This record gives sequence, C-alpha cells and structure tokens, in this order.
Amino acid sequence: MSPAEGSSPTTAERTAKLEGLGCKRKRVEDARFTQGKGKYVDDMKLPGMVFGDFVRSPYGHARIRKIDKSKALALPGVKAVLTADDLKPLNLHYMPTLAGDVQAVLAVDKVLFQNQEVAFVVATDRYVAADAVELIEVEYEELPVLTDPLKAMDANAPLLREDIKDKKEGAHGARRHHNHIFTWEVGDKAAADKALSSAEVVAKEFISYQRVHPCPLETCGCVASMDKINSHLTVWGTFQAPHAVRTVASLISGIPEHKIRIVSPDIGGGFGNKVGVYPGYICSIVASIVLGVPVKWIEDRIENLTATAFARDYHMTGEIAATKDGRITGLKCHVIADHGAFDACADPTKFPAGFFNICTGSYDIPTAFLSVDGVYTNKAPGGVAYRCSFRVTEASYFIERMMDVLARKLNMDPAEVRRKNFIRQAQFPYKSALGWEYDSGDYDTALDKALAAVNYKGLREEQEQNRADFAAGKTRSLMGIGVAFFTEIVGAGPVKNCDILGLGMFDSCEIRIHPTGSAIARLGTISQGQGHATTFAQILATEIGLPASDITVEEGDTDTAPYGLGTYGSRSTPVAGAATAMAGRKIRAKAQMIAAYLLEVHDSDLEWDVDRFQVKGAPDRFKTMKEIAFAAYNKAIPGIEPGLEAVSYYDPPNMTYPFGAYICVADVDVDTGVTAIRRFYALDDCGTRINPMIIEGQVHGGLTEALAIAMGQEIAYDDLGNVTGSSFLDYFLPTAVETPVWETDYTVTPSPHHPIGAKGVGESPNVGGVSAFSNAVCDAFAHLGLTHTQMPHDHWRVWKTAQKLGLVK
Amino acid sequence: MSKMHVKMTVNGGEVEALAEPRTLLIHFLREQLSLTGPHVGCDTSHCGACTVDLNGKSVKSCTVFVAQANGGAVTTIEGIAHADGTLHVLQEMFREHHGLQCGFCTPGMITRAYRLLQENPNPSETEIRHGIAGNLCRCTGYQNIVKAIRAAADQLSGKKEAAE
Repeated sequence: MSPAEGSSPTTAERTAKLEGLGCKRKRVEDARFTQGKGKYVDDMKLPGMVFGDFVRSPYGHARIRKIDKSKALALPGVKAVLTADDLKPLNLHYMPTLAGDVQAVLAVDKVLFQNQEVAFVVATDRYVAADAVELIEVEYEELPVLTDPLKAMDANAPLLREDIKDKKEGAHGARRHHNHIFTWEVGDKAAADKALSSAEVVAKEFISYQRVHPCPLETCGCVASMDKINSHLTVWGTFQAPHAVRTVASLISGIPEHKIRIVSPDIGGGFGNKVGVYPGYICSIVASIVLGVPVKWIEDRIENLTATAFARDYHMTGEIAATKDGRITGLKCHVIADHGAFDACADPTKFPAGFFNICTGSYDIPTAFLSVDGVYTNKAPGGVAYRCSFRVTEASYFIERMMDVLARKLNMDPAEVRRKNFIRQAQFPYKSALGWEYDSGDYDTALDKALAAVNYKGLREEQEQNRADFAAGKTRSLMGIGVAFFTEIVGAGPVKNCDILGLGMFDSCEIRIHPTGSAIARLGTISQGQGHATTFAQILATEIGLPASDITVEEGDTDTAPYGLGTYGSRSTPVAGAATAMAGRKIRAKAQMIAAYLLEVHDSDLEWDVDRFQVKGAPDRFKTMKEIAFAAYNKAIPGIEPGLEAVSYYDPPNMTYPFGAYICVADVDVDTGVTAIRRFYALDDCGTRINPMIIEGQVHGGLTEALAIAMGQEIAYDDLGNVTGSSFLDYFLPTAVETPVWETDYTVTPSPHHPIGAKGVGESPNVGGVSAFSNAVCDAFAHLGLTHTQMPHDHWRVWKTAQKLGLVK
Repeated sequence: MSKMHVKMTVNGGEVEALAEPRTLLIHFLREQLSLTGPHVGCDTSHCGACTVDLNGKSVKSCTVFVAQANGGAVTTIEGIAHADGTLHVLQEMFREHHGLQCGFCTPGMITRAYRLLQENPNPSETEIRHGIAGNLCRCTGYQNIVKAIRAAADQLSGKKEAAE
C-alpha cells in the first residue's frame, strides 16, 4: 500500500524500504553472473601476459637425479623454466606454511607426493606451456612410499622429511619420530581415565574420516604482475584471505608491504581450498619479477584435486563412559591426523588440530581428554577446513557417530540418548570440559521441533515394519534413520587466542557516507558466493537507516579494503558482520550530534527511529539519515568535523556456536548397495537471521556437499602413492539427479555477545549433514548388529557391509 | 603450429579468425573473442561450466575443437539476453529464485537450461534434474536452480499462451 498523498510513510513502510535485517533481499551480485559478466581470475588478460604450467612428480616418493630443461627451452615461445636450483639463490625454494612448517615451492632433491611441483614452465600461451612441460626430462630414483598414517610412526617407517630430520622440536612442541609433526593434548587425562575405568558402560569405536577435497568449481590460480619501473607488485588471485597473502608475500619476497597489492576478483567457490598459499602463486610472482611481464597460472582440475589443499584425513578412536541409563560420565578421543608431506594445515597458530576440542558436541560431558598426533605421509599437503570451521566437521562427525555407537550399546533410541545428555538452556554460557565457552543454545526446543516435523515416532514404527518385512523376505530394502545434533564453533576469533602466523583474527569494516545519502562499505573479508555485497548492506541498512540498495559493499582489494583476515571458518558474519554493525553505530553516533545541532536540541533529547533521529515525544520533528549526511558535508557545525565516515576493527570477545538438528531418512538396497535419500530435514539455529533466502541457499549447498562427502568423496592413494580419485571420473560430485530435495527449518537463539546476535551459517549444514547421512546408513543395519562402518558410503562399500552381515552372497 | 582459418556465427555475429586446429572451442571463445562467460571447471567434460549452444545443441566447449565448430552457429551466455538488452526470463528467474551463489557454473547452467526448455518446454522437476545432470554446481544444491528453470518454463509458456 502506498502512502496517501501528503501523509508520511509509516514505520513499517520505512523499514521495508531499507531492505535491512531479516529481508529476503534479492542478490545484487546476480546481474553480472547471470549475464556471464563475472570477473574471475582466468578472465583476466593483460598486455604481454604469459602462462605458467608445472612439471609434476609421477611418483609418491623419489629422489630427483637430474632435470634437463634444454629441449623445453629450445621450443619457440618458451620464456623460462624454473627449478628449485633457480629459487635457492633467492631463498624461495621453501616457503613458510600457515602451520609453522615449510613447504617446497619446487621439489628440492626429492619429491614427497604424487603431482608435487618439480619445475615451472613459462611460455607465450597455455598450449605452448603444456607442450614444454612434456619436453622436460626428469630422472627419478624411487623411494619407499608411506601412505598409511597409522604406520607413519612405525620404527621402520621411511624417512620422508630429510630437510628437518634433525629437528627435534616442531612448531607445536617436541617431535618423537622422523614422521611426527606434533602431539596436542587437551583436557584431564586422569579424570577421563577414571571415568572410563569406573563406568557402568563403555562404548568404543575407531572412526575414520577419509581424505576429501573442497573442490570449488573454479580451481586455484593467479596473475602476478611486477611493475619494475615503480617496484610495485600486483597479484590477482583466488585468495580467501587477501590481506594475509599480502603480508606473507611481503615477508617471503622482501618487497615492502605498501608496494604489494593483492586483489581477489570474483571467486568461483572456495570452501577452504583457497585459504592456503600455493607454489603456483610464488612461481608466478618470481617469473613476473624475472621476466618483467604479467604471468598467469591456472590449475587444471587434476592439479586442484591432487596438489592444493585437501581436507580431513582424521583417524579417531573414541571411548565414552556412561551410566546404564545413558548419562555420559566421560569421553576420551585419540586422533592420528594425516597432514601429508608438509604441514600446511590452515589452523590458528595455537590450535594445531584446529578446534577439534569442540568434540564434546552438544552434550554436558563432565570430563574429557583429547590427544592428536599429527604425522607426515607421502600425500599432498593441506588440511583445510572444507566448508567448516577448523576441524569442526571432524569433531562433529566423531561425537555424533559416537553418540549412536553408545545408543546401540545401551539399546536406547539415538534421539533419546542425545536429549538425555544435552547442555540445558539454563546452563549457557556453558564451559565445556575441553575449554570452550558456548555462548547460547536451546537444544531441547530444536530437537523437539525436528522430531515433530518428521514424525519421528512414526518413522521408527515404519522402520520396525520394514525390518519385519525384510526378515520375512518381502523386501530387499532397509530403512535407516539418521539423527544428528551438532554444535559448531565459528567466528575465529578473539585475538587473545586466535592468530594465523602472528596475525590476529579480528576483522574490519570502513564506511563512507556520501553527501547525497548513499554509502560505500569496505571489508577485510571476501565473498566466494556467500553474497556479502547483499547481506552486509542489509546489516548496515538497519544500523544507519539508508536503503541497502544505496550501499555498495566492496571487498578483496588490499589497496582499498581495511586489513582483515578473510573469509573461511564461517567468520565473515560473526567477525566482519560485527565490525560492520559497530562501524554503523559510530556513524549513527556522529549523525546524532549533527541532528541535534540541526534540530536545536540536546543529543540526549533525540531517539533513533528506523531511518531518522526524532525528538523524544515529538516525532514530527526529525532529521533523516539522508538529510544528516548532506548536512555533514555542507554545514559548518561548531565542534564537529565535516564528513561522515567510520572504521571498526572488531576483535570478537568469544566465538559463536550455531547448532542444529538434522534428520535423514534413507533406503538401502542391500543387493546393489545403492542408498536412496528419501527425506532430509535440517533445522538450523544461526542466531539472528540476516537474509533468510541466502541462509536457505547456504543450507542447501552445504547439505549437498555433506551428501557428497558421506556418500562418495574420497581422495584415495594406493600403496605406491598414486592418487586414485583425481578427476571427476572418480571424485564424486553429486549432480541434480543424486541430490535430494532439502527441507529447511529454523529456531532463533541469538548470540549474546555479537552486536546483532548473528552466529554464521555457511558451514553448519556440512558440519551437521555428514553425520546425519552416515548415521542413517549405519542405522539401516543397526538391528543386525552393525555399530559403525567407514565412510564414504558408496555403493560398493554399502554392498560390502551387507555382504559381511550375511545379507548378500 | 600452423593455423587454420575459421569462420562461424557467434551470438548472431559473423566471426573470422586464425586459430591452431587443436585450439579448444572454450579457449577460442574466451581468449580470442574475449567471451569469458563460459568457464573451464574440469577439462574432462564432466562439469558443464563451459556449456555453449552449437548448432542447436548443448555442447561442452572444453571438448570441442574449434575446427569442429568451423562454419557453425554458437550461442554463449553473452548471447542469451534479448537484442534490446532485456534479460532472458531464465536470467531473471535464476536471480528471483536464488539459483546461483558463486556464479561460476551459472553461465553454463543457464545456457543448458535455455536449450532444455526448447527441447522440452514443459519439463517436470525430474526431467529438469536429468536435463541439467551434465552441469555441476558446488554451491546451491540445485534445488533453487530447478525452481528457477521451472518458473522460467511457466513464464515462457504463459507468454506463448498470451500471444496465441
């Protein structure tokens, strides 16, 4: 309804016009993407630009005897070939990793994983570069290969890292074996042992979370351009953390930080894969410095899957102590963490296993102990958070599988065991046994709503009937119901305990209000599809009373954006979103002083109302933010500087703890191993909801990635170190056909410490989803005695499970 | 390597160029014609980010040589909107129904949907899912893409009925 002639718009109309918090605002990004006008790094074309490509190792572990570049250099169009020997004089043959280790930029003396970078070829176009790669002759001497992390610390295990073989102390304490990276211990071992030894019931299980890869549709790449006249380096690339890349590039290259500009253009999905610093970036920069022309490097898909950051590869042994009626009294967990050939894990410095110590989950567990051993193997380096906060998916999978294992042991319903052990609403803020302070939650309400939504009781009755029918030979399909209740920990993080390479994990927002009442906000984060340009404008619209459509959000260019640690670990909304709100409040504070001057009243006589300051008790006397903006630039106001700008660097006081209840109903065909997902219900509580349309989209996408991981994804290695899942022929990405219809739902429990109460959502569906799928598959066979079977639950493995249980021959 | 003379219609305009016969159509479009809408996502014709329309069929231009497209008619995402600049209803519906996130698969997805709706103007949800099975998306979980294509089909058939 439009306001009648002459009447002023109502509060509701003014609020709607802002398209602020809670609005299903359509995305501003879509106009360019739907017309093919996005600007991704491989779309860039600069004058004189040349292309880089890698010679990679065919072996998992081998000594390099000789590299002959002569034939490649003789090929017309080839500009340069770099090997480790060329990088040594620059001290760039190794680069620091985010985890305090070093990684070979180009293989030094030997190769440590298949497809490791051995030489970098630069040529006039990508075809000539590919030809030249074929012409480089490398002589190798094969060495014994280690791909099983459980054997990494055997006495006779091959020595992988000769470069650090005498280093007894790593970045995270003592090393006790040549393939040992660190041991990380949290909690009270004696108390946990006592709980276990005196327990009425102990549930124990070995749970592997296979190596997977985030696999964004756009691979990693960059264009490096050294302007030798001005000694200025610009690098455009697929960077989830452009400022951190600039600092690292400066530290590595010696080029002062103000002479380096890092730009993240449009990014075609990240999911953690684009957090790391990769040899391709370093080699492109070096080649551009050497050749004086821009150098482009773009991975192909096989390179992406086999050489840039993988995720998971956690092998977890859990023990839960409980009473006979299902009350948990203690938890122990030991992890063998396979970090590959170099420890290039992307975790905050003080957390070598990320936030895996959230592994007590949503439950009030009185005592717990966790130990993690990181080991080297002949596999690609990485260990990134694939659509999750640091190692939180592993932790969530661990505890949610263990809860089911305990339920089987007690012969209790999985939902009931969870409910029995929940942290109750009155217990928040809740201090967990492994050291976290959960900010807020209402788990009982969420679980009740989820169980009612799917008619859980009815489903269990249907399952009883299905099992009877199966036993009677009436069906060959088994019904499984997977319940998962996850608690995430996101929004890293408080600078007092969260940093990466010494860089505190705050984030930032800078706002400029233009005289006519529109604005630009710049942030230290970078969208990879999350829709920041849409949602951050909404946060600001509500804070400052200007329509979201009048606010431009810009990210990703270190020359213009304020310093921030980037986008991963669901940290954009909890950290940069908070910075945005706080910067908006600074704008509003100054606007209040200006309005007071204009209305000739005292500041304290004014109150904020949607888009204006009005005089208390006289709402017809007001100044809108638009009017105030104009006055800020055009009126000489005594005691107030002209202009209307603000910047906020937000150091969060705590993490945020989103949670949710997921229920999966699956039908397993025992003869083929095919698992059909009949129904998937996801209830998420991410605190205050900024844009429900975008939240729902994030949940759909995260669940689809969870489906992929649980049901098929694996970066597998054979005994010789060959990667056996290195293209889309082998690496499972669900199509629209395999992907079920997702049902989404929500509750709202705001974060008490976040300025707008938001917690972040992008990763919840992956964190909670994987265990829901896996629990459903295990549940299908539970009545036959199965407690656990390893992921991924592809047709072959599920069929093998059925075979082991004697259901098929 | 010696170059060949290629001639084709791209988004309604005549194009003539010299290219190595081994040049892939996707690289010819992106690098020689600066049509960077279609993307390379996998090199093995699984992901469909490079989907373009060639002679009335959806093709994955990362596995078509430019020589094979010689003399043909190519439509890319850049040629989907109407001549007057207004968007194709598919482009509008993808935005309306939040059928995209990072945008990398979107050009191929819309180009595929454009052909799908000509092959089958009234597809069921299942037919849409099968019809776009050659196009991978890592962000959306497909649900809103399916919704967008179905909404576009409704609008297109509505328009047709209105015109009849």
